[in-house]
Amino acid sequence: MYAVAVESLSKSYNNIHALQRLTLNVKEASMYGLIGPDGAGKTTFMRISTCLLLQTSGSVTVGGFETRKKPSHVKRLIGYMPQRFSLYQDLSVRENLIFFADLFGITKKERLNRIDELLSFSRLGLFLNRRAGKLSGGMKQKLALSCTLIHKPEVLFLDEPTTGVDPVSRREFWDILADLKRGGTTIIVSTPYMDEAERCDRVGLIFNGSLFAEDTPDKFPEYFKNELIAVRSPEIVRLARKLDFPDVVLDVRTFGDRVNLTVSNALGAVPVIEQFLKSNSIQNAIIERVNPSIEDVFVGHMKNE
Amino acid sequence: MNNGNVIEAQNLTRKFGNFTAVDSVTFSVGKGEVFGFLGANGAGKSTTIRMLTGILTPTGGKGSVAGFDIIREQEKIRRNIGYMSQKFSLYEDLTVEENLAFYGGIYGMSSKEMSSARKRLYERLNMGDIRRRLAGSIPLGWKQRTSLACAIQHNPRILFLDEPTGGVDPLSRRAFWDIIYDLSESGITVFVTTHYMDEAEYCGRISIMHAGKIITIGNPTVLKKEYRKKTIEDVFIYLVSNADVQTNQSNN
Ligand SMILES: Nc1ncnc2c1ncn2[C@@H]1O[C@H](COP(=O)(O)OP(=O)(O)OP(=O)(O)O)[C@@H](O)[C@H]1O
Ligand SMILES: [Mg+2]
Repeated sequence: MYAVAVESLSKSYNNIHALQRLTLNVKEASMYGLIGPDGAGKTTFMRISTCLLLQTSGSVTVGGFETRKKPSHVKRLIGYMPQRFSLYQDLSVRENLIFFADLFGITKKERLNRIDELLSFSRLGLFLNRRAGKLSGGMKQKLALSCTLIHKPEVLFLDEPTTGVDPVSRREFWDILADLKRGGTTIIVSTPYMDEAERCDRVGLIFNGSLFAEDTPDKFPEYFKNELIAVRSPEIVRLARKLDFPDVVLDVRTFGDRVNLTVSNALGAVPVIEQFLKSNSIQNAIIERVNPSIEDVFVGHMKNE
Repeated sequence: MNNGNVIEAQNLTRKFGNFTAVDSVTFSVGKGEVFGFLGANGAGKSTTIRMLTGILTPTGGKGSVAGFDIIREQEKIRRNIGYMSQKFSLYEDLTVEENLAFYGGIYGMSSKEMSSARKRLYERLNMGDIRRRLAGSIPLGWKQRTSLACAIQHNPRILFLDEPTGGVDPLSRRAFWDIIYDLSESGITVFVTTHYMDEAEYCGRISIMHAGKIITIGNPTVLKKEYRKKTIEDVFIYLVSNADVQTNQSNN
């Protein structure tokens, strides 16, 4: 059975179509990543699934209950972290955690363990008595995440949870999600971080209110319409912006030690690149084919729109 | 100001009560650099930026920005820099154009200066279509551009960007960095914080902050060599996790 089943879901506000027949299924105890630009419909989808908004047509079923027919059943199963989560600014870190634990009916004994676990990822242990309003941006985000995770819901909806969270905590936060999943929680998460998408069991790319690709992360290279080559050399990075060959190089992406070039035809592009390297006296550069990532597929699609 | 540095901080410190948010940091940034100011959550990045931009007064140390003293000449600093805060503070119920006019007023621009700046920016940032829309109703990527426009309309020589790309999709992030490079090529100094480590790779120099202190500083390629890591993300995780262990030990 699917933990979440979305059937031809549409939502229109006046004449804006936020969702257009969105269909997707999420297996129990799996992690589903939703990727898309701002305004693609991710938040609207989450709000309908968590019974905060009514759709124009179509249906969402969570744990066997349809959101429109059985909202109170659905609400009991889910946890939701909206993009803008409001903490109690004048309560301390500790008080916020306890408040949300009480709200979800967590026993005192469970609570201690859970809070410990969450503090190890959030690194807020030294700041338990600080008022939430005085925390840094990323610390607030981590506290909000902790408050959402304090109970272990069956289905968890997370809307861009790690925006503003530093790389160390981000990695550990994803380890916690992996633990929850192992414990049976189904997780649906939207994110602008493509490395996070790679950690999901399935990924859907959403644009204009419906999916344009959906698969397991390892299958995404097949959705890439062009070819991708990397030019490795520390000097090339500095010159990346000069790689301006409109018909040959369709996109340039810079990394620390290389640039990735999207080309329509690798065989035709290589001589052009070699000539460029030569005229800029770059020696020992390595040109090689690379596998496109989810980000490459996403950006490739968006540029064609 | 000595040796072409446009930002200088010397033992810069900020306490809140008996908590030290920024703990004696010393660094300098040269004209035209793109300087990446990285660090763990709560490390003190925003607090440092607020001191450098003349919004918050240090409790110790000193510094200068664009040749002005950050304690005695805060007003002059504010007129000579552009600042984009962590939360893109736009007035959601004002249009894009009204937001620009509001911030232009703060920077002491005349209405004539503002209208010529607007013309230039609409074109350069490709914003013509959204100028009459309410800031609250436009997508995040456009909000980000609008806040950038607000911060650069008075032609500042130094730009402070506090997490300008938080939550923005990859395509908008890249477009944003193209603009940053253009600005930098025209001689503007860019001081930027980010939690996206791919962006850190684009910076000329970066520093990494942890618990109020700068724990490393240098060119990304050089740092990767020094710590024998493949990416800046790996360098960051390595240094910050180690520093965490030390902080915890000294607290026990
Ligand atoms: N007004 C204040 N009163 C008390 N503590 C404060 C105040 N402002 C900031 N702090 C504390 O100072 C520390 C540094 O905060 P700052 O906002 O500078 O961090 P940051 O490096 O920008 O973090 P982030 O990456 O999360 O944005 C934090 O522990 C924060 O809680
Ligand atoms: Mg900050």
